[in-house]
Amino acid sequence: MQATAPAIPHTEVHEARHEEAGFWSTYVFSTDHKVIGIQYGITALFFLLFGFCLMMVMRWQIAHPGEAVPVIGPLLAAIFGDVAAKGIVSPDLYNSFGAMHGTIMVFMAIVPLAFAAFGNYVVPLQIGAPDMAFPRINMASYQAYVVGGLIMFVSFFIPGGPAQAGWTSYSPLATSIATDGQTFWIIGMVFLITSSLLGAVNFIATIIQLRAPGMTWMRLPFFVWAQFVTAFLLLLAFPPLEAAAFMQLMDKVAHTSFFLPTGLAVGGNLAHVSGGGSPLLWQHLFWFLAHPEVYVLILPAMGIVAEIIANNTRKPLWGYKSLVYSVLAIGFLSFIVWAHHMYLTGMGIRIATFFQTTTMIISIPSVIVLTCMFISLWGGSIRFNTPMLFVMAFLPMFGIGGLTGLPLGLSYADIHLHDTYYVIAHFHYIVAPGTIFALFAGIYYWFPKMTGRMMNEFWGRVHFWLSLIFMNLIFQPMFAQGMAGMLRRMADGGANYSQAKMEGAIGGLSAGIMNLHTYILWAAVGLALAQIPFIVNLFWSIRNGTPVTSDNPWDATTLEWQTPTPPPHGNFLKPPEVHRGPYEYSVPGHARDFTPQNEPG
Amino acid sequence: MEIPYTVQPRDDTGLYNAKVGIWLFLASEVMLFGALFSSYILLRVGSPEGYWPRGWLNVPIGTVNTLVLITSSITTVMAWASCKMNQFGRFKVFHACTLLLALTFVCIKSYEYHDKFTHYEITLKDGRIADGHIVENNPKADHVVISGRYVQDRKDLYDLEARKAPHHHEEITIPRGQIEKMERYGPWHNTYLAIYFTLTGLHALHVIGGAIVIGFLWGPGSKLWETDPERFTNRIEISGLFWHFVDLVWIFLFPVLYLI
Amino acid sequence: MTVQDHEHFAQHVRGYLYVFYALLFGTLITVGASYIPFGNHAINIAVALCIACGKAFLVAGYFMHLISERKLIYGLLIFTACFFLGLMFLTISAYADFPPMTVTH
Repeated sequence: MQATAPAIPHTEVHEARHEEAGFWSTYVFSTDHKVIGIQYGITALFFLLFGFCLMMVMRWQIAHPGEAVPVIGPLLAAIFGDVAAKGIVSPDLYNSFGAMHGTIMVFMAIVPLAFAAFGNYVVPLQIGAPDMAFPRINMASYQAYVVGGLIMFVSFFIPGGPAQAGWTSYSPLATSIATDGQTFWIIGMVFLITSSLLGAVNFIATIIQLRAPGMTWMRLPFFVWAQFVTAFLLLLAFPPLEAAAFMQLMDKVAHTSFFLPTGLAVGGNLAHVSGGGSPLLWQHLFWFLAHPEVYVLILPAMGIVAEIIANNTRKPLWGYKSLVYSVLAIGFLSFIVWAHHMYLTGMGIRIATFFQTTTMIISIPSVIVLTCMFISLWGGSIRFNTPMLFVMAFLPMFGIGGLTGLPLGLSYADIHLHDTYYVIAHFHYIVAPGTIFALFAGIYYWFPKMTGRMMNEFWGRVHFWLSLIFMNLIFQPMFAQGMAGMLRRMADGGANYSQAKMEGAIGGLSAGIMNLHTYILWAAVGLALAQIPFIVNLFWSIRNGTPVTSDNPWDATTLEWQTPTPPPHGNFLKPPEVHRGPYEYSVPGHARDFTPQNEPG
Repeated sequence: MEIPYTVQPRDDTGLYNAKVGIWLFLASEVMLFGALFSSYILLRVGSPEGYWPRGWLNVPIGTVNTLVLITSSITTVMAWASCKMNQFGRFKVFHACTLLLALTFVCIKSYEYHDKFTHYEITLKDGRIADGHIVENNPKADHVVISGRYVQDRKDLYDLEARKAPHHHEEITIPRGQIEKMERYGPWHNTYLAIYFTLTGLHALHVIGGAIVIGFLWGPGSKLWETDPERFTNRIEISGLFWHFVDLVWIFLFPVLYLI
Repeated sequence: MTVQDHEHFAQHVRGYLYVFYALLFGTLITVGASYIPFGNHAINIAVALCIACGKAFLVAGYFMHLISERKLIYGLLIFTACFFLGLMFLTISAYADFPPMTVTH
């Protein structure tokens, strides 16, 4: 279907839909994958902002332990009572903010945005399908996500506050804290996991069954391959965590001892439990999910990066086959590396070596993916628009994040680095200037297809440069802090282990290392301010952005750009016929420098 | 544009959408129960020698339940075959049997749970342990009556199969003042019961869920047979696949929990 | 449906009944075998699990039609089985492998 007709103004399509169905079934209880994708996107962006705010409060406490939080201190005291008395972040409040920052960012912000939002909107369009295979299950998965998110959000306001035992929720600590926050966390997780499972089934079935005629596996855009593997990771890795969450819930409310060892003492007294359980069992089941989960965080981002690189270099991706096989290898290997998060639990050398080996091996396909993307830039006619800027920054940022993972994957080096700020820097480099940059790029890139308008290019660049600078200023010092021995999850920012506190102590944190906290806090403030142009730009451009002059403003080859703007219900009038691969840019002898996949001939 | 392959299979995969969907879902269920089975193995291997219960579950009752589920499996596949052979009446009969068998299973399981919840282990202040089923537990009374036995060593409560002579139960009256600790055989009592209740409880929830779906298709959902019999038959096949999986899990649960 | 289809299906139905009898038999021998004293309890465990696997194969293969199902489906299940076995064996190996002279009780 050729889509060179002028773009239909958004308001007209808006009105047409009103005639078909009411507000509630169009915008709230919709089974249309595009509406569900946008619903996921907006909800996830809200949680991203909320998780970011939690981090700001934590960074204040780290840089100024024991001092009242400025501006919002009284608000914290009003909501949380004792644990935020006089606006000062107590260790309990710090721990709960830390646990929820991680939980919210991973499960309620990044995964729903990267996998569910972008995947739902773009994948059916890119494969030439009218919708997902199971639209009502799609709606149910969004609703489960909202319920889970609400439970997590509400847990902030119950007596005792939210969960406090980290996003990793290790037993016995998780179930020994007397308040109900952990119960809310577990029940919220069950809903979030259910949402992901339903989504995963939908994605895989859709990609297998609903590809348009001529869309063979090796003609799929790389974004679809990435989402396909991501869906498998969610499908097979989440259930053990669901089982473990259920067992931890029983430990908390039914007083079982799945994860509680014999002889457990809480607060100096023997706990009234049967014992006989294993805390390590929780860790194994948790990390069996949580390791594939980190690949869930990065693979959709790699998919977005690939699409935008091909489009803005005006040449095919280098090494499409290598990319596909690498992403399949990453998916498979990610299931057998998990215990590299558990090197310090007293594992023997044999099993530690096994996991170290698989961890080293999995870095190979990751490097292949990054290398293919770098080589794809070579000889390209690069267009430096906002999406491309974010994507080009992704490459070295993800490179730093990935390479700094190698010492962590080696069990010997990990002895020194485990649970330090080095780990925090490593994974934030991958997720923050890594995944989130790719997600920003995706928003700028696909915004014109969703709304018929472009986001403002100037403010996009402002957003990009400020975010890049401040993210590096926040996380780069953390490598130094980690190598100096500063541990994670310390509510006083390590003050109790500083040389200032313990004169002449070996390994005490130096003043220089401690002073980095202040710079990191200012950089975090800078990063927060840098998001303001983005938020304003996003909402302002929906109505006031430059209207696009065609349905394919980026001159892209993939099928989502060959539909009206925005795509109507059912996407295509009849199934598009695919005649070529996804990246036919600058093909010699052709008049235009791109050929859409469904163009005949 | 309508969503294709909802009833007709796609050429290159040979499958219709819902079939792909249900097998994907069953794969995730394999991982779910797999994690629980792995937990069972770890907890059992990690328990001290002689302290993992054996013989605490009634084998004849468990065998009956196994036969009930296997029978429900054959009635399920026969119900689908009847639909395929255009015999709606026989489909109704077969799935009615499936639903009755499901109900039977859940009732028997409830009876087993009840048996555990009325079974108490009472530690007395003088060190003896009384163990048995509650006969009388009036909160206002100053004593408790159980039908059971005394043991000196707690270990004697664990391996009931190794004991040669069948233990005889007698009514034991225990004054409340002598009770140090009184706990019933719930999931909190030890990790064996914890994993037993979790595994069988989650399985029972799946039985109930499957029965609700099959019940809906048998009742209000069967109207689809008149307008689109092929689509209805596919729904029977999909729900049948789920039901067979539930039977499959029990095929492993029964020996693992009851026999070995 | 034609008469030939019916006959074709009648054959399948007979197959289902044979599987049913096999499952009943399998249940009874599972219970019986659990009472046979093999000496080493591990053998009892192995026998019970083997019979269970056999019964599972029958249910999955015939009632769930896996034996005639498309490669895609049982390909998916083989991957799932690999990951399940990985979870089980690696977790238990990690538990069993600890540095020498570690106190375990």
